[in-house]
Amino acid sequence: MNIVVLVKQVPDTWAERKLQDDDKTLDRASVDVVMNEIDEYAVEEALRIKESAGDGSEITVLTMGPDRAVETIRKALAMGADKAVHLSDEALHGSCALQTSYALATVLGTLDYDLVICGSESTDARLSIMAPLLAERLGVPQLSGARKVTVSDKTVRIERQTESGYDVIEAATPTVISVVEKINEPRYPSFKGIMAAKKKPLTTLTIADAGIAPDQVGLAAATSSVESFSTRPPRQAGQIVKDEGDGGSRVADFLASQKFL
Amino acid sequence: MAEVLVIVDHLDGTPKKVTYELLTKARELGEPSAVFLGAPGQSAAALDGLGRYGAQKVYVGESEDIAGFLTAPKAEIIAALVKDKAPVAVLFASSAEGKEVAARVAVKTGSGLLADAVDLDADGTATQSIFGGAVEVKSTVTTGTNLVTIRPNSTPPVEQASEAVVEQLTVEVTEAAKGARIVESVVEGKGGRPDLGDAAIVVSGGRGVGAAEGFGIIEALADSLGAAVGASRAATDAGWYPHQHQVGQTGRTVSPQLYIAAGISGAIQHRAGMQTSKTIVAINKDAEAPIFELADFGLVGDLFTVVPALTEQIVKRKG
Ligand SMILES: Cc1cc2nc3c(=O)[nH]c(=O)nc-3n(C[C@H](O)[C@H](O)[C@H](O)COP(=O)(O)OP(=O)(O)OC[C@H]3O[C@@H](n4cnc5c(N)ncnc54)[C@H](O)[C@@H]3O)c2cc1C
Repeated sequence: MNIVVLVKQVPDTWAERKLQDDDKTLDRASVDVVMNEIDEYAVEEALRIKESAGDGSEITVLTMGPDRAVETIRKALAMGADKAVHLSDEALHGSCALQTSYALATVLGTLDYDLVICGSESTDARLSIMAPLLAERLGVPQLSGARKVTVSDKTVRIERQTESGYDVIEAATPTVISVVEKINEPRYPSFKGIMAAKKKPLTTLTIADAGIAPDQVGLAAATSSVESFSTRPPRQAGQIVKDEGDGGSRVADFLASQKFL
Repeated sequence: MAEVLVIVDHLDGTPKKVTYELLTKARELGEPSAVFLGAPGQSAAALDGLGRYGAQKVYVGESEDIAGFLTAPKAEIIAALVKDKAPVAVLFASSAEGKEVAARVAVKTGSGLLADAVDLDADGTATQSIFGGAVEVKSTVTTGTNLVTIRPNSTPPVEQASEAVVEQLTVEVTEAAKGARIVESVVEGKGGRPDLGDAAIVVSGGRGVGAAEGFGIIEALADSLGAAVGASRAATDAGWYPHQHQVGQTGRTVSPQLYIAAGISGAIQHRAGMQTSKTIVAINKDAEAPIFELADFGLVGDLFTVVPALTEQIVKRKG
């Protein structure tokens, strides 16, 4: 079984994230970056599927991002993935989610995969639409929002969280899966894993290498455009009171003052 | 006037409040047509409400093939409608499914997509709140049809009676769209309360609640306010409250008028799901808890005494 795991490098959620004044894109240069948290769960799930299959499955990490996204690739390799593809090109800067899905789908089209696994959302864009976008473009079934994945032969079953409980959904491979953080507990890379990661194959592709049309990606061709943005003043510090035995009434007084009662 | 498609978000046929909010918004952009997709017979429960909130037309597609597979059949039908009717905009609820269907429609129709809008102007400019509410962005779609998913509670629903002329759609789902089959739907919820995404008030409990039984006082407070119940991941992971009540980065995103957090520290992943709430009240025994940085009103105290006392006060004052 061949598994491709998508990982993304994102600004640390604890860091102050900004849009750049000139082109209104995320300032990725001035912040600390990490592997998108939920992607660690995607890598872990791929490793578990490979381990339980015990059939010499191969895990390829695929990332699109600037040069330094290679740090994120190394982490996934250190966790145990076998090889990596890094799509890196200035022309991709400012691509919207739709264009990103086109670029990733184009690269996926050149790889041999039974499962594509990604995290359910990234902490920077928070759209939660990469799995359906890729499924649509690749013409394969979408198994998104999985809190449990079972693979038996060519059939994949997931439990998908819904607003009233969960659905059990089934599809045949090849398929695109996105996972939520309930699914597992990601492992830490071992020292041995970190050393081994340095020797694992890493292919770097430009858009020309990947056959991505330059007029289909990048800020100028984005399908939506940011007209303006404003930083909201931080929430006004509220009123904090200590319970002196009348805490319940104090909160009720506040709710009444705001017309909730 | 130009046609605006509103994709109906419903539970077994009954529209959710967000559908009425979308219809209210759609009236500012043009003439709203509702699109109802579901299992056979379900639309009967919806037509009345859709007309009351201004739907001039209702396109109805009902089939086991729509209800039995994940997102792809719906996307196929909506994309065909978009090509056929050339609407000025298509509005979806920003639920997990709403966003996924919209994403597929965007690819199929070569359109741009603005997800998670908190507001939409009459000219189609959407306002989005990003980085946990720290930055507000105004964006427009520049390619194809204007596809927008809008968060619940972004606008108050206003009635405006309209005809709601029904037009049945012929539903023929391709084999390709039947890839992900829904084998089973399990309802785990605690019924009887407003849906978390729709509710005007949400009361959430966290690790501080201590045990599943502790959620009794959270539910009692919620019921006194007609609120939905939420929980932090610490509480859902411990099995104290069902997972679908989790608020946060990987749970539901809520933006109610009032959010009350009891025994929740305010981790960044929790904040991601509730930071755009209009008014935030926190009850926590640790004065240093980060949730207080967000709170309009914070009470430093033990939730086991404060929450029941608050419920009692509310019941008394509401008479
Ligand atoms: C990938 C990822 C995704 C995540 N997604 C989510 C998510 O969607 N939602 C989410 O909530 N978390 C999420 N988390 C987890 C998050 O990081 C926190 O661990 C979690 O929110 C903590 O829950 P808590 O505030 O209930 O618990 P704690 O942080 O343990 O806080 C408990 C609070 O209760 C207070 N308390 C204790 N006893 C009392 C009492 N008697 N009276 C009053 N106050 C009391 C304490 O002072 C403390 O502040 C995610 C984490 C990861 C890594």
